[in-house]
Amino acid sequence: MRITIDNLTKKFGDVVGVEDLTLHIDDGEFVAFLGPSGCGKTTTLLTLAGIYKPTEGQIRFGERVVNQVQPKDRNIGMVFQSYALYPHMTVFQNIAYPLKLKKVAKNIQRERVQQVANVMGIGNLLDRRPGQLSGGQQQRVALGRALVKEPDVLLFDEPLSNLDARLRLTMRGEIKHLQKDLGITSIYVTHDQVEAMTMADRIAVMNGGHLQAFDAPDELYSRPKTQFVAGFVGNPPMNFVSVEVSRSNGRFIAETDRLRLEVGGDRGGAAAGFAGAVVMGIRPEDIQISGDGDIAGEIYVVEPLGREDLIDVRVGPHSFLLLAGAETQYRAGEEVKLAFDMDKVQFFDPQTEKSILWQQ
Amino acid sequence: MSILKPKGGQSQSSRNALRSYLGAYGFMAPAGVLVIVFFLIPVAIVLYLSVTNLASSNFTSDLAKMEFVGLRNYETLLNDQFARKIFFNTIFYVLFTLSIFNVSAALIVSLLTTHIDRNAGFLFRALWILPRITSPVVYILIWKRMMAEAPFGIINQFNEFLGQPTYNYVATNPWVFVIVVNGFIGISFGMIIFTSAIESIPKDLLNASLVDGSSKLQRIRYVILPLIRWPLLFVVTYQTLSLLTSFVEIQLLTDGGPGLYRTEVWSLTAFHRALSNYFGNAQWGYGSAFAVLLVLIGVVLAVVYMRVFRFDELIAEPRVEVL
Ligand SMILES: Nc1ncnc2c1ncn2[C@@H]1O[C@H](COP(=O)(O)OP(=O)(O)OP(=O)(O)O)[C@@H](O)[C@H]1O
Ligand SMILES: [Mg+2]
Repeated sequence: MRITIDNLTKKFGDVVGVEDLTLHIDDGEFVAFLGPSGCGKTTTLLTLAGIYKPTEGQIRFGERVVNQVQPKDRNIGMVFQSYALYPHMTVFQNIAYPLKLKKVAKNIQRERVQQVANVMGIGNLLDRRPGQLSGGQQQRVALGRALVKEPDVLLFDEPLSNLDARLRLTMRGEIKHLQKDLGITSIYVTHDQVEAMTMADRIAVMNGGHLQAFDAPDELYSRPKTQFVAGFVGNPPMNFVSVEVSRSNGRFIAETDRLRLEVGGDRGGAAAGFAGAVVMGIRPEDIQISGDGDIAGEIYVVEPLGREDLIDVRVGPHSFLLLAGAETQYRAGEEVKLAFDMDKVQFFDPQTEKSILWQQ
Repeated sequence: MSILKPKGGQSQSSRNALRSYLGAYGFMAPAGVLVIVFFLIPVAIVLYLSVTNLASSNFTSDLAKMEFVGLRNYETLLNDQFARKIFFNTIFYVLFTLSIFNVSAALIVSLLTTHIDRNAGFLFRALWILPRITSPVVYILIWKRMMAEAPFGIINQFNEFLGQPTYNYVATNPWVFVIVVNGFIGISFGMIIFTSAIESIPKDLLNASLVDGSSKLQRIRYVILPLIRWPLLFVVTYQTLSLLTSFVEIQLLTDGGPGLYRTEVWSLTAFHRALSNYFGNAQWGYGSAFAVLLVLIGVVLAVVYMRVFRFDELIAEPRVEVL
């Protein structure tokens, strides 16, 4: 099912939930809504589900405008962050509920529920009540209930945020696999950018009720169109520093106090064409501690992450996060030299926070 | 507690146990004192009065001088030609007020006011609380003024104005009157309990049901009602007992009439016999017999409800362990 959202606005009195959102989602696509808390992800999802009526704009499922369509007539499956299992029903009754409402015959209900439960690995729990299940098991029941009616659209509202890290990793893979298998158009809300990057075909980055970007994960990562996207996508986050880029002797130099770096032709040219200071962004993996680096700094703190260490280096007033192999033994207070990979830097307009390199 | 066995052997642990018991009883003491002073002692006194023939003619406040008559009051009661009628009156009154108003209407008001705009719902519910917070005398007076015979009654004035025949509502339909007037008071209790129960159902559950394909009515049937089952049963139990013993409104409205015991209920009889009999002839002993039977019926009903509705399942194990 193709989903077309045009200029969608949802307000609660004066509070803006989401404003002027335009998104076109292809049939069978897996789209993630990514953004910080309160940015309007759940609001958008519930508006798609028909729980909220749009204040303005239009939502189409295929060719059908669904603005005024009741939730029950939208054929949607939804997994809630709280799972929202009916506590007075058994697992079987929970999963069978959408079928019962569709007046599916009893014996077919039983068959379908058993089938879905087996796929979810909860076939042996059908007689239990939600209160007697672990979080992971409840999550599977919720997923089963969303899938059993073979919906045209699947909506997920942070379905993994209550699970432990390991289970989250497994479920991530399972949900993605299942979605591709069934080919159901899916929207997946999360504020965990790793989840969004690994699962989604395209990511809609939202902030403060507005769409910031809608692109494939690697595109967002390597060609962020706004400073917000650059800072939000990627972990650890991108480093930002305000610089002046100028041209001297046919070379482009990014400069600020204690920093003087040569930038490659294309990127440097665009930045130098900009009047005044720009915000330079560089990802942690594009900075190396190296003997022949040309920027001197002092290590402020070292955070071991296991596979690698996250190191905060201070260069005068500036702070840079970077990654170093765990085998290196840097200590706080150590003087080091840094090498910047200037072919990967980003530049942003400090006023509009839009990228100088990539146009919308 | 079994893991954290206190050091120091038997005597220490039994002293600890004693202390925790004392602590528990200490916390229960205030409620316990209230029950003793305002329930157990009065019941005991009424029980004693019911086996005496104390009346206006042989009044004494000295318990020892009262004349013991055994179960004669109860015998009289069983042979009283009106006791039977009053008994069925009571069942009729409790059953209809409870089922129509205290439970059904309360449930409908709660469901309606939780499905409309929040502020409108709040206002609507506030209106329904008025009968309860109005003094019974004022409240009954309002009804009486409304329903009075022509030319005084407000409704009859309308009837006259519209050229309709006038009615003496209270005389022709006293039961409708009694049940409606009590029911309007009764709604608010269930309404408050049901509303708070409905509003405490997580929003996600309610949304999930709609997304799963239910209409709003189906959601009420399959999700909301099952989830407020305990409040429902509680209101049924509590209101049965409370209706059994309430008589003030009936007393003010019809005083058991019109005619002989037309709307007289059991608790009103106990009052009439013991405290407000004709010619100032109060029969404390006989009235107490009525009261004792009412307490008995109440206790039996409470136990039956507790068994049938399995209220023990509702009571969760305490989360705080006493160490
Ligand atoms: N029913 C409501 N009434 C009023 N304001 C609301 C309502 N629902 C959401 N909002 C507001 O709309 C904005 C967006 O909320 P929303 O729940 O969509 O955020 P979210 O992106 O899902 O955040 P989170 O990651 O914390 O779940 C917030 O400012 C919120 O306070
Ligand atoms: Mg949310």
